[in-house]
Amino acid sequence: MSSSPPFDSSELREPVIEPGHTYASVTDKISAIVLTRPTSLGWVVGFTVAFALVMVMTIAVGWLIIKGTGIWGINIPVGWGFAIVNFVWWIGIGHAGTLISAILFLLNQQWRTSINRFAEAMTLFAVACAGLFPLIHTGRPWMAYYMFPYPSTMYLWPQFRSPLIWDVFAVSTYGTVSLLFWGVGLIPDLATLRDRAITKPKQIIFGTLAMGWRGSARHWHRYQSAYLLLAGLATPLVLSVHTVVSFDFAIAIVPGWHTTIFPPYFVAGAIYSGFAMVLTIAIPLRKAYDLEDFITMHHLENMAKVMLATGLIVAYGYYYEYFMSVYSGNKFDLYLTQMRFHGPYSHFYYALILCNILTPQLLWIRKVRTNVAALFVMSLVINLGMWLERFVIVVISLTRDFMPSAWGRYSATFWDYATFAGTLGLFTMLLFLFVRVLPAISIAEMRELVHHTSEEDE
Amino acid sequence: MEHRSHIYGVVAEFETAEELIAAAERTRVAGYRRFEAYSPFPIEGLAEAIGLKRNAVPLITLIGGLCGGLGGFGLQYWVAVIAYPLNIAGRPLNSWPAFIPVTFEMTVLGAALSAVFGMLALNGLPRPHHPLFNVKRFSRHATSDRFYLCIEARDPRFHLSDSARFLQELRATHVFEVEDD
Repeated sequence: MSSSPPFDSSELREPVIEPGHTYASVTDKISAIVLTRPTSLGWVVGFTVAFALVMVMTIAVGWLIIKGTGIWGINIPVGWGFAIVNFVWWIGIGHAGTLISAILFLLNQQWRTSINRFAEAMTLFAVACAGLFPLIHTGRPWMAYYMFPYPSTMYLWPQFRSPLIWDVFAVSTYGTVSLLFWGVGLIPDLATLRDRAITKPKQIIFGTLAMGWRGSARHWHRYQSAYLLLAGLATPLVLSVHTVVSFDFAIAIVPGWHTTIFPPYFVAGAIYSGFAMVLTIAIPLRKAYDLEDFITMHHLENMAKVMLATGLIVAYGYYYEYFMSVYSGNKFDLYLTQMRFHGPYSHFYYALILCNILTPQLLWIRKVRTNVAALFVMSLVINLGMWLERFVIVVISLTRDFMPSAWGRYSATFWDYATFAGTLGLFTMLLFLFVRVLPAISIAEMRELVHHTSEEDE
Repeated sequence: MEHRSHIYGVVAEFETAEELIAAAERTRVAGYRRFEAYSPFPIEGLAEAIGLKRNAVPLITLIGGLCGGLGGFGLQYWVAVIAYPLNIAGRPLNSWPAFIPVTFEMTVLGAALSAVFGMLALNGLPRPHHPLFNVKRFSRHATSDRFYLCIEARDPRFHLSDSARFLQELRATHVFEVEDD
């Protein structure tokens, strides 16, 4: 043992980009997916299925607008139901994209490079799906502008002391900043596509979107400042967004909601489910488009580690909720905890523990972390678990609050499921379109990575 | 002024980022001031080599953020205290802790918008066409795998053949005239 050479972790680890790539080869390989690669049958089938689900959503939302929210399973006392469960689930998924693109950028983690672009796209699409739910949950989506402060003839202003209004500002700011971050990152790559496109329409479209980018040093200088600043702004923003989402619950006095652990535990849960979704997307994507050179085992393993860490924070959150209800001696909180373990929805709670706490412990084993199939299954399990978490929070608390006379039951209807399935379809469809029309991996940053790795070799 | 008016400048092509940095440095030392380097990805040290100092994007972002934050808080204050005061059991109208989340979000929004649009405005974008795009090899490689240095005709020291020869001596693989239009 004593004769072993000094530990060099970089030799043991899988590389962030497979060796042998040049500026031209990364440019060719990534831009070809958009420009020259023929549309595969798998893409058409996947897109069709997703599109069909979007049609289901259109019908579900159309029927909702005609009939009102009565077609859903919501009732009094459960006024929130699937709409809010899905909203929180989707917005949480978005958070990993910002984490990867902003926080890992600030921490100078090179492995983020090949996954940040589609993770950011995932953020945008997830925020779009999330935003839909509160909008249609209002029942009259055409009145949604009431939530924004505008000089109305009725002298009506939003209640700025309400977390629901904070949510409007947090989510709309989050959507805007995510779009800006993604768009700024795309500019150099759009210029690459403009210069490599052969047909006139593609040249015009990419040329317009690239805005005349030509890689001038002065431009890069300002570009890098802007990008760094956006990363610095997005980092506290992403933490604030899920904090505000948790305030929707924590500011209320409902048992199981009124707790100070909610903001950190919601943020950790958001990152947890987000990384699970990044894996759910990355694993088929790298397979379908032969991107194993760029999205290497190193990336997948790192994401698995982030999931394990955030999963443990979430587990701590569950434990803390349990502990506080017992320790506080508050009879309503105690009763709610009993209802989680023994109430009518206890099977959801046990499934949640199984999905979010027990199964992910397998990630301690390196063989599991480096097994693509296992990671894929794990990512689906965690996505399900995080959905169950929001169901447990929303439904169990609302069906069992203070007065037995106000207790109730909740079950989702066909239209609830149709709308949820529809947003899954919308998300998938947007992703399918995205990988086909825009570079799913940042080409400029990959060239930078090639430059860095070639410097290291010298 | 010896150069012809329809010439934008001369552009040299380099194989590597290191050659571009060296060339930019020597161009600056030779007394040229109106020249620009082009690269397919941001290169560390290039800004210093062509003599760039700090840029205005951070300042614009700061101002945008402050405007967003002050505007956000100001709106809430105005609504809660002046436009529509609601007396609820005598609680203070200016309940500022409750206004912090929206103030924070508006700060981030103002800063992010001004960072992006400030950067674009300072860069003179969108600008769909540029004389350099007249150079075929530039169009094909500048956003992919080659590095370029262009001495512009408006530089007082610019001389078409002399500047082209100067660039050639900097290990450029190609040197082109850039036509203006």
